[in-house]
Amino acid sequence: MSVSTVPAVLRPLDLLGGWTIEGVNSLGRFGAFLGGAVGAMVTPPLKFWAFVDRINFIGFRSLLIILLTGAFTGMVLGLQIFLTLSRFGSEAFLGPAVALSLIRELGPVLAALMVTGRAGSALTAELGIMRITEQIDALEVMALSPMRYLVAPSIFAGILTFPLMTAIFDVLGIFGGYLVGVELLGLSPGTYFGEMQTFVDFADIALGFWKSVSFGVIVTWVCAYKGFHVGHGAEGVARATTQAVVLSSVLILVWDYFIGSVW
Amino acid sequence: MIKVEGLTKRFGSQLVLRGLDLEIPTGSITVIIGRSGGGKSVFLRHLIGLLQPDAGRVLVDDQEITRLSGEPLDAIRRRYGVVFQGGALFDSMRCADNVAFPLREKVRLPKAEIAKRVDSALAQVGLEGMGQKYPAEVSGGMRKRVAIARALVTEPEIVFFDEPTTGLDPVLVNTIHHLILDLHRRHRFTAVMVSHEIPEIFEIADRVAMLHDGRIVEVGPPAQLQASQNRIVQKFIRGEPEGT
Repeated sequence: MSVSTVPAVLRPLDLLGGWTIEGVNSLGRFGAFLGGAVGAMVTPPLKFWAFVDRINFIGFRSLLIILLTGAFTGMVLGLQIFLTLSRFGSEAFLGPAVALSLIRELGPVLAALMVTGRAGSALTAELGIMRITEQIDALEVMALSPMRYLVAPSIFAGILTFPLMTAIFDVLGIFGGYLVGVELLGLSPGTYFGEMQTFVDFADIALGFWKSVSFGVIVTWVCAYKGFHVGHGAEGVARATTQAVVLSSVLILVWDYFIGSVW
Repeated sequence: MIKVEGLTKRFGSQLVLRGLDLEIPTGSITVIIGRSGGGKSVFLRHLIGLLQPDAGRVLVDDQEITRLSGEPLDAIRRRYGVVFQGGALFDSMRCADNVAFPLREKVRLPKAEIAKRVDSALAQVGLEGMGQKYPAEVSGGMRKRVAIARALVTEPEIVFFDEPTTGLDPVLVNTIHHLILDLHRRHRFTAVMVSHEIPEIFEIADRVAMLHDGRIVEVGPPAQLQASQNRIVQKFIRGEPEGT
């Protein structure tokens, strides 16, 4: 057992230094993991069927929750924005208000949070179980790169499916806003969609697109990293899954603010 | 030949390997015995390049693998087959696909040839017709045999077995040991096995190495260890508790 030689008065500083070094090390490992994954992504051959499987795992299986949350988010937005705008007699701007809220902010963020909860957690758990049952080690000793087989296809699939999921979320949300604003509260359909065409620019759509692409990278990167570096046993997998979802969600919100403020 | 020199590994404050030295002759079955938690699996993971030591080195045919990574390490690993403690079968694949996996990914053979080799590998371990089952659908003993078939299907020069009989009943332990012996006679690979199945492993081992307290305390043919005057070896072989 090693005994600390640091005087008691300096122990807090010693601890702080230890945590800082560990923190920097973790960040380094985190970055190196993405570097390894990007290296595997750009080095042929791409594991095509693994990529297709990941699209199904991350994208297709998240479709139902995206459809539901997209529609109800749009309906809530339609209701609340209509009630607010009606105080100023500006109900005509319901369409652009719903569309801009969804396309610029809520679509990418909520779709990413939903996919994190459904697919990101499952990705961490799957890789974590593969790690503790030595399946990842088995790949390594077969001289086959786990990065190429397990991580690169997931990140590729994230880049492809997150914008698609976001687009579906946005469309369903705009339709939900239409249902409430037009069908329930009596706004004219021409006003709802006409004003939307006037106020929504390509730049708004591009912002939402790039946000969703970056969220696709963040979620798959964080969740795969946590699965790869899982602790021991079922408890380790559970902890890694929780950490992956929490860290992904926080990073989504932080990155959303950052990219939104510099765009 | 695999040569291990001064292998030292520490996890936090715990020193697991303390300057371990060992030579593993080509074509032999060398069994590493020792108490549970004594560092046998850690030692094996150094041999297959999954862990890097704090000091010391591992040489495979005079090539040091300890500091290798990437393609040079993969080149060594292509000569390896590994049977993990739990089998480490890919649970999303059927047993036949597990066995076919290294052939599909590493060897690039026609589909018909892969199917033929997989059938032959499964037949060698007594699992004809079981290939379409998933690992979760077969017994623990069968999973171990599928893992052995997967490790041997690429005809490796060196095969590592990490406690291949843990958790099996005595009949299955003997079945797996004799299967390994039979496969070794046919393929003449170098086998390195971690086990604590005493006295069963004395029947199949060419050499036995006793790992204790992070070092090899005795190594030699089974008869040598059985007749050893070393108290640690004797106590382990007789299954005497600590402190007696």
